[in-house]
Amino acid sequence: MKFLFKKPANKLESYGKHTKVASPDVPDDMCIVCPSCQKQIFTSDVNDNLNVCTNCGHHFRINARQRLNIICDEGTFVEMDAEMVTEKNLDFPNYKKKLNQAQLESAEHEAVICGVAKIHGQDTAIFVMDPYFMMGTMGSVVGEKITRLFETATEQGLSVIGFTVSGGARMQEGILSLMQMAKTSAAVKKHSDAGLLYITVLTDPTTGGVTASFAMEGDIILSEPKALIGFAGPRVIEQTIRQKLPNGFQRAEFLLDKGFVDLIVNRKDQKEILGKLLSLHRKENA
Amino acid sequence: MEAYDRVCMARAKGRATSMSYIKNLFDSFVEMHGDRRVSDDKAIVSGIAKFDGKPVTVIGIEKGVTTKERVERNFGSVHPDGYRKALRQMKLAEKFLRPVICFVDTAGAYCGIEAEERGQGQAIAENLMEMMTLKVPIISIFIGEGGSGGALALAVADRVWMLENAIYSVISPEGCASILWKDATKVREASECLKLTADDLLKLNIIEKVIPEFSGNQDKVYEALKENLRTELSLLKGMTEEEMLAARYERFRKF
Repeated sequence: MKFLFKKPANKLESYGKHTKVASPDVPDDMCIVCPSCQKQIFTSDVNDNLNVCTNCGHHFRINARQRLNIICDEGTFVEMDAEMVTEKNLDFPNYKKKLNQAQLESAEHEAVICGVAKIHGQDTAIFVMDPYFMMGTMGSVVGEKITRLFETATEQGLSVIGFTVSGGARMQEGILSLMQMAKTSAAVKKHSDAGLLYITVLTDPTTGGVTASFAMEGDIILSEPKALIGFAGPRVIEQTIRQKLPNGFQRAEFLLDKGFVDLIVNRKDQKEILGKLLSLHRKENA
Repeated sequence: MEAYDRVCMARAKGRATSMSYIKNLFDSFVEMHGDRRVSDDKAIVSGIAKFDGKPVTVIGIEKGVTTKERVERNFGSVHPDGYRKALRQMKLAEKFLRPVICFVDTAGAYCGIEAEERGQGQAIAENLMEMMTLKVPIISIFIGEGGSGGALALAVADRVWMLENAIYSVISPEGCASILWKDATKVREASECLKLTADDLLKLNIIEKVIPEFSGNQDKVYEALKENLRTELSLLKGMTEEEMLAARYERFRKF
């Protein structure tokens, strides 16, 4: 149990992992250290608070299913392409092993979950990426599932809401992962040209090829507080320019200030805001 | 030849840059500057020229030749301003019904404080979306390095060609080696794994054509490119707008 009290070696990448599962076999008195305020807090309190620190409001990473539970009206989510996995592109060293491991650890088939649901009674298509599946990297399955979701939404005249979290393109799939950026963007454009609404919610961290494609293509771009959002990761930039980065660089508040995010929304308010935005874009309300 | 040898050739000093292609393939090139937002990114050269007597829009990522020029052009690493400059030219091409020819040669989109401040990711994303439905033909030619999203931002095209010794990859072999083996010196192995050569990418249907380099005889390269441009531009012009855009969507949908 010692690991529960350990400070993460790299704040950017490792925090929040121990709050991943709120399983009943975890005793109530178990504590974690908030990486933001460094306070010891009860895991159960954090879990009851949508995985947000009760002391400072730090938003811990959560998995895709947890997010769907928070956002969708109960019992309305219908998943699409749930079992899609890649059968080709597996010759990259250790890729197959890594995929299997990710599937076991996350209990998901891939790094994004797609489907249709209701939010405050309104139909919408929704995709949610999962940080616990190879850091939400985009390979051909992630790209295909998101593309199909947009195509379905275009056919059925539905809005799309997308929660992003990603380390970028999935290197192990080589150039095919790069092509997913173009493929998803094409589907987003068709959806947009059909006059339909697309809202993205950027969560920590959203970087690389996902930032440089569908994450930044929303008509409305929301973000969770303090989420890291960028094209290049902070370490890569530091190595390139050989300079320490300023405090708060590439955080949601920084992007808001620079004009790249519409609104920062706390996790507890996200459902309400999304519901409001969907309602403001209903054709019969126009 | 090993993949890594191609990587070295693609990056070699003295290799022809976008400017040479523009000079040798087109007539009466008039350069246009600036993104009308922030600045003029010198890593992108853009303007209007004539090909076979007809106007075309030309956009190239330029690494520069002399050291001074290379610094000025940021070694061909484009800022968001550069991608917006390119998009502005594409929109003009659409308005005046000119085809767009892009030359790609970059290690990648620039990673720096200002690039992030001005929305590198957003700029690339916007190009991907807008190029997908641009109503005029687009042909992209990889003449050297094709580094990830920074290259793709000029390569959402109806035809993508690569020179024999050009490369195109989701990550640099150095970056891949350091992630995979925690050892940036294993670039040879990484280069093989990434399938970044023109021949490999032709097999994977990522590109339509490999342009031979005739062992460094540039005049022959220009001739070969002219020939191919002539044929393919007239093919693309023969299509209706709907046909062309549907084919472009399919071209990327299949991956």
